[in-house]
Amino acid sequence: MTWDWQFAANSVPLILQGLLVTLQITVLGSLVAYTLGLVFALVRRARIPVVDQLLFLFIEFVRSTPLLVQIFVLYYVFPSAFGIRMSAFVTGVIAIGVHYACYTSEVYRAGIDAVPKGQWEAATALSLPRRRVWTSVILPQAVPRVLPALGNYTISMFKETPLLLAIGVVDLVNAAKAAGNESYRFVEVYTIAGLLFLLLSYPASLLVRRLERRVEPV
Amino acid sequence: MSNQSDPPMIRFDNVVKRFGDNTVLDGFTCRMAPGEFVTLIGPSGSGKTTILRLVMTLERVTDGLIEIDGSPLSHMHRGGKLVPADEKHLAGVRTRIGMVFQQFNLFPNMTVLRNITEAPVRVLGLTPAEADERARDLLDLVGLADKADEHPSRLSGGQQQRVAIARALAMRPDVLLLDEVTSALDPELVAGVLGLLGHIADTTDITFLCVTHEMGFARDVSDRVLMFDHGRVIEDAPPERLFTDPREERTREFLQAVVGRT
Repeated sequence: MTWDWQFAANSVPLILQGLLVTLQITVLGSLVAYTLGLVFALVRRARIPVVDQLLFLFIEFVRSTPLLVQIFVLYYVFPSAFGIRMSAFVTGVIAIGVHYACYTSEVYRAGIDAVPKGQWEAATALSLPRRRVWTSVILPQAVPRVLPALGNYTISMFKETPLLLAIGVVDLVNAAKAAGNESYRFVEVYTIAGLLFLLLSYPASLLVRRLERRVEPV
Repeated sequence: MSNQSDPPMIRFDNVVKRFGDNTVLDGFTCRMAPGEFVTLIGPSGSGKTTILRLVMTLERVTDGLIEIDGSPLSHMHRGGKLVPADEKHLAGVRTRIGMVFQQFNLFPNMTVLRNITEAPVRVLGLTPAEADERARDLLDLVGLADKADEHPSRLSGGQQQRVAIARALAMRPDVLLLDEVTSALDPELVAGVLGLLGHIADTTDITFLCVTHEMGFARDVSDRVLMFDHGRVIEDAPPERLFTDPREERTREFLQAVVGRT
């Protein structure tokens, strides 16, 4: 097996297009996971009967089943069962975003719990309205503390996007595979794909570690 | 100074508070006149702090009634009957009450100035400019005019507690609750904070309800001192009487223990 520099160079543009898709899914999936996770955490904290139990079951279900199965269900079952039809890209963003929201909700919960009780009491003593207590006092203290954990989940999401190959999303790995298929050479394309993952994941994890040192741990 | 015949600012009528099987307050009845400075003393766990927390609506009464300035705090009128207060009622009455905590509880994510202006703007509806002016006047009063733009973490404990006092005063409360406000301070910072509180008590008509272990302070500023033991008031007297000539053996023991310690 030899390394063909020319082939490797020719494959790069296609693989970079895949990388762009991977990054788009990671960013959009993160946005879904960050916002929905916060909503989950706040709804669960409100302890609304029935809603609370349903959400608990949903979160446990999502956390206990493989992401790949969820992707298949969203893509193949939802159209026939509920008439909801989405493109592979949108399915990917929603599947990854919702899956990770079930993890980030736990991160937010820990961050909110870490805000001392005295902060709630001081806010009550000042008669601040509930909504204002959340937006001015609790979340500004809770969110910075959980940023490193959220960052780690974003890195995980980035590395999980190749699962979407199963529904035909042309992400980084799928693009590499496509480039390899043309000439049945795979060493170059998968090496390049692997290097690109490393090149982005590693600095990102260093960044998260720096962030961890700057904020108080939960 | 006050007169017992004034209509009370705070009235406790047979207030009971239980946590599970533990009765923390066992039928507390008391009236506090407007402008009166009442200090609660007694061993820890005797129910003093619970009284403050009940008045601040951080806890609900198990039984009995609390009134602020003639209107029910723990309860509300509905259909001609008194029923336990809901959150909306509590939100309405608690604006008249302020509290200063042992651990200061300043908001670390806000500057000193915003700690003080947040509630006047959000709750009382002051314009930011009005709240700003009020806050700066109060910072002047507590001697921290130059710290307006600092974050609380940059201040000493004594300075943080002064800010907390300013923050409570910015709401112009009728009742101010002081919960062991110097217990978390380094000894050399205690006198300054107590001096400030004495000054505020002398120059305003706020009704004070104070839990403290600083007997000298209690003696200097209080109109009345209530000695608690096991959830009950066992002695209620002006400080000059209670500290020099306690009628109850338990009060005498307590005072000896406290004075002996300091």
